[in-house]
Amino acid sequence: MAKTAGKKSVTRTGKASAKAPRRARQSAAKAAPPASQRVDFFKLVPKPRFVGKPVKRKEDVRLITGAGHYVDDLRLADMLHVEILRSPHAHARIVSMEVEEARKASGVVGVFAYKEISSLCGDVPLAHPGIPDLKVPHHPVLADGEVNFVGEPAAAVVAESRYAARDAVDLIRVEYEPLPAVVDPEKALAPDAPKVHKELADNLSFSWEVKGGDLDEAFKKADRIIQQRVRSQRLIPCALETRGVIAQYLTGEEQLTVWTSTQIPHILRTQLSGMLKLPESKVRVVAPEVGGGFGSKLNVYAEEGLLSALARLVAPRPVKWIETRRENMAATTHGRDQIGELSIAACADGTVLGVKHDCIADIGAYHQLFTAIIPTLTGLMLAGSYRFPAARTTLKGVFTNKMPTDAYRGAGRPEATFIIERIMDLVAAEFNLDPVEVRRKNFARKFPFSTPTGLAYDTGDYEKALNQALKLADYQGRRARQAKARDEGRLVGIGLSTYVEICSMGPSKGMAAGGWESATVRVSPTGSVEVLTGTCAHGQGQETVFAQITADVLGIEMDQVKVQRGDTGNVPWGVGTFGSRATAVGGTAVFEAARRVLEKMKKVAAAALGASAAQAARVQIKNGKFWAGKKSLSFAEVAFQAHRGLVIPEGETPGLEATYFFEPGNFTFPFGAHICQVEVDRDTGEVSIQGYWAVDDCGKPMNPLLIDGQVHGGIAQGLGQALYEEAVYDESGQLLTGTLMDYAVPKATHMPWLHCERTETPTDVNPLGVKGVGEAGTIGSTPAIVNAVIDALRPLGIKHLDMPLRPEKVWRAIKKAAAAP
Amino acid sequence: MIPVAFDYHRPRTLEEAVDILRQYGDEAKVLAGGHSLIPALKLRLAAPKVVVDISRLPGLSEVRRSGSGLSIGAGVTHHQLMVDPLIAKLCPLIARTAPEIGDVQVRNLGTLVGSICHADPAADWPAPLLALEAQVVIVGPEGERTLHINEFIEGMLTTRLAGHEIVREVVIPRAYPASCAYKKIRQSASGFAIAGVAVQLEKKNRKCSSIAIGVTGVAQRAFRARLIEKSLQGAELDEKTIAQAARQVTEEVNDFLSDLHASAAYRAALAQVLVQRAVLAALAA
Ligand SMILES: Cc1cc2nc3c(=O)[nH]c(=O)nc-3n(C[C@H](O)[C@H](O)[C@H](O)COP(=O)(O)OP(=O)(O)OC[C@H]3O[C@@H](n4cnc5c(N)ncnc54)[C@H](O)[C@@H]3O)c2cc1C
Repeated sequence: MAKTAGKKSVTRTGKASAKAPRRARQSAAKAAPPASQRVDFFKLVPKPRFVGKPVKRKEDVRLITGAGHYVDDLRLADMLHVEILRSPHAHARIVSMEVEEARKASGVVGVFAYKEISSLCGDVPLAHPGIPDLKVPHHPVLADGEVNFVGEPAAAVVAESRYAARDAVDLIRVEYEPLPAVVDPEKALAPDAPKVHKELADNLSFSWEVKGGDLDEAFKKADRIIQQRVRSQRLIPCALETRGVIAQYLTGEEQLTVWTSTQIPHILRTQLSGMLKLPESKVRVVAPEVGGGFGSKLNVYAEEGLLSALARLVAPRPVKWIETRRENMAATTHGRDQIGELSIAACADGTVLGVKHDCIADIGAYHQLFTAIIPTLTGLMLAGSYRFPAARTTLKGVFTNKMPTDAYRGAGRPEATFIIERIMDLVAAEFNLDPVEVRRKNFARKFPFSTPTGLAYDTGDYEKALNQALKLADYQGRRARQAKARDEGRLVGIGLSTYVEICSMGPSKGMAAGGWESATVRVSPTGSVEVLTGTCAHGQGQETVFAQITADVLGIEMDQVKVQRGDTGNVPWGVGTFGSRATAVGGTAVFEAARRVLEKMKKVAAAALGASAAQAARVQIKNGKFWAGKKSLSFAEVAFQAHRGLVIPEGETPGLEATYFFEPGNFTFPFGAHICQVEVDRDTGEVSIQGYWAVDDCGKPMNPLLIDGQVHGGIAQGLGQALYEEAVYDESGQLLTGTLMDYAVPKATHMPWLHCERTETPTDVNPLGVKGVGEAGTIGSTPAIVNAVIDALRPLGIKHLDMPLRPEKVWRAIKKAAAAP
Repeated sequence: MIPVAFDYHRPRTLEEAVDILRQYGDEAKVLAGGHSLIPALKLRLAAPKVVVDISRLPGLSEVRRSGSGLSIGAGVTHHQLMVDPLIAKLCPLIARTAPEIGDVQVRNLGTLVGSICHADPAADWPAPLLALEAQVVIVGPEGERTLHINEFIEGMLTTRLAGHEIVREVVIPRAYPASCAYKKIRQSASGFAIAGVAVQLEKKNRKCSSIAIGVTGVAQRAFRARLIEKSLQGAELDEKTIAQAARQVTEEVNDFLSDLHASAAYRAALAQVLVQRAVLAALAA
């Protein structure tokens, strides 16, 4: 199915604008092995003992008891400590920097600025986004004469202790000449706006467009054209573990090792090799435990290059830098920050004919790895789960004197989903229709489904998920009770969102770099099993899922399987963990590698048991043993024979391991329906969530516990965006929400009880049938909650409010509505 | 935490603590629960040379009877005030305010006395303490003195406390009945009060024979809503009367705070709403 989807999409979207980057538009690709030759997991293992079961996470015992090791837990002999002097200005010229006093301070080994580092470490890199005329400014790891956002690294102190380093930072005297800062992306586009980068002509980093279908026709045929401006505010990812780096360069061995809190050790290794001009063979990157990333560790940071360069300067002593929370909030990538002007062509029966979306993305002061790519995803996903024939997004990426934006849980899909789900409610309100009916009217129903933006959705049944959610929430009864509450003057609202999103990133053709994933399954002579994966779990639970898959394929227990990830020194190669790719792409690689090991073990078993050709063709595993005819060998005995080397079957070599690189043929497109009920306090503007119901479909469930965990956490983050979170810079570019006392991430007490269910619509993009669920909760929840609040305020004539829906904003809207004639 | 280096003292007696403070004066800081001081040290907003930890001083971590009222020692945590039977009996307003503070971790370590010494205008305690006419007992090298809570807190993050003084306890001079309430709107990040109103009242027949209203979070410092109190004193407390009286909250002070989290106009509106709700809740209690 997916393959045809691909073909259709390619021809149908021939009309779509060629300006779209190639990487993003190619959703359909040649699928690796044709589905007919493919062995599906559930065919090979019809009755899995682990896959699909609510198996508890293998990693939790050590993480919950504090026995895991994060970067900060690593203490190497002779280690030095680094603290960074950061810009207090949003935009300033560095007139002079006096470091003598700091250099002389007790315990200080050295103080380094741009001129000491620049020959060792090049600019912070970005993935090629395939956008023509992209303007990329000079982005050094330490400021080169000018700082462009509050928190930008300007100098580094290396000292015997962290305290000495931190004290010495205060002794560096920098004379700054403040320059005018530009903070508002719309103002930044004005011809007379201050320029973030003097070497560039203006603040427009790039323009981009994606379109498909006949927009003129759609807007001509519409009964009404609805205009709306929507904002997805700037968010701070706030992973529980801040970033941290240790780097060590062994001069004799010519070996750089970098321990860092990252989602992408292999990509980082390649990029660091470029920055440092060292061949990759001399660079090893290790991600120890990583305490959350949400996209903010899907990057190559100045500090990673800086520490590597410092390690060479003080070699062979290791250097360590641990980010403080304040640094994390100011100088780790932010998310979202898009303004969209929408025009919606709609019919009175609720049918949407077309959408125009002019988007301004505030990308901050520089390009990080995927800064330019993220807002293009908003454009690509604009069709949502609907079949309107025409859509267009124009995008302007604009420099401002702020921290760069990049991936944050959902990365472009939450923005797109927010837009399209608000659109459905705007249309419903415009024509006084039930938002459920408007959605039904517009749902895509035939799969594979080609969007006007050039994507090919693999499988889906949007109405099924919606119907189940409506039942779960008792939607009809709820609407009746809402009517009663409204009669009593209460502001009760019900909101929906029927999202679809992109996971399993992705086919290499659709990605900025390779979209495959690798796995090695290796069995030792005593039968212990290692799985090496190129993915890099940082909370998702792949250690558990990959053990489930491997144990089921090999017919062993889960605790016989050890999953290793995050070390480029032992994992052959990999892409990493983001975009809900780890299980769908990385898990498939594990499955394929395990399957190959199994095949070889069957052959070894047959050879060792002296089986006939007929018996050898029908070796079976039962009760943990390999059976050929009436004779059997245990798993460990077969493993031993494979290594002992005396009964190696024809055409095989000794040893027992297989490596597989899986290239998916397409993305996958999970979906779901979220429903939320809120009540707004008329006097204070406070929103309280009275109920939350979610039905998500992520294809074949590998482990329901993990899915629930992902959905719950995702909803929490989506709720944060809807109601509380916003990175606020003042007009001079100071970050006002620079601590957790001012930036409101949702806490346990902010969370409602969540009622979650699932539908199961497998994908055929991979042999596991699995789609991905890492971002679903975040994507589905934000619009459901906002739609509920706006629904509550509808009797007052309020049609839209920008997020976050903090009490004062809601209170002001209520007051304004009351004062209106 | 990477603060500026400091010496840490843990004296065994209050006298010893006062002695250390006398020696170092403004260069020393008292440490109680640490939930205001440690964050300040961490951000290097405070850089004392000496930190004097009083959290384990004997006798200070208790709630005791004091005359017809009670005394809350400098080591008493928010959590203790939530569960202490004496507090519940003699001063239920305190017991009702305590659970509104922070989260479990903050309540387990933070202290009432530390809170008033820090004098954050968004802190909760000043509202009930004003309503209860609390007295602050201070010890220093020159002996002991007592200040009314209203005198003790001067303004935003400032008190009448001298650098070498320690607050030993807060005294609630008498017992209060159950007709009391504390209502608050939280700042969503910190949990502190954007507005908080404490009400302690007494009724005779259907009339209000006495009422005290403390308001926190909305102005430079917490205040008693005297105009509202006057309007309600002796009145029959029906919803309309309360609502009407509550409107005067904007006349009580002229320095409503405006910041990232709430404008002055919004804070004033919240104060008005919370006065109504707290009075009604106190009546129902
Ligand atoms: C996450 C978080 C949430 C919070 N939420 C709330 C909230 O919702 N409402 C609220 O009201 N508060 C809140 N707080 C503040 C909390 O209540 C603090 O505990 C309190 O403000 C200070 O008490 P402490 O014992 O921790 O004092 P410390 O931090 O130890 O000291 C605070 C200051 O008072 C001085 N000091 C302390 N004790 C004495 C003494 N006996 N004599 C002289 N000086 C003294 C110290 O030198 C210091 O300057 C929160 C704090 C945090 C970290």
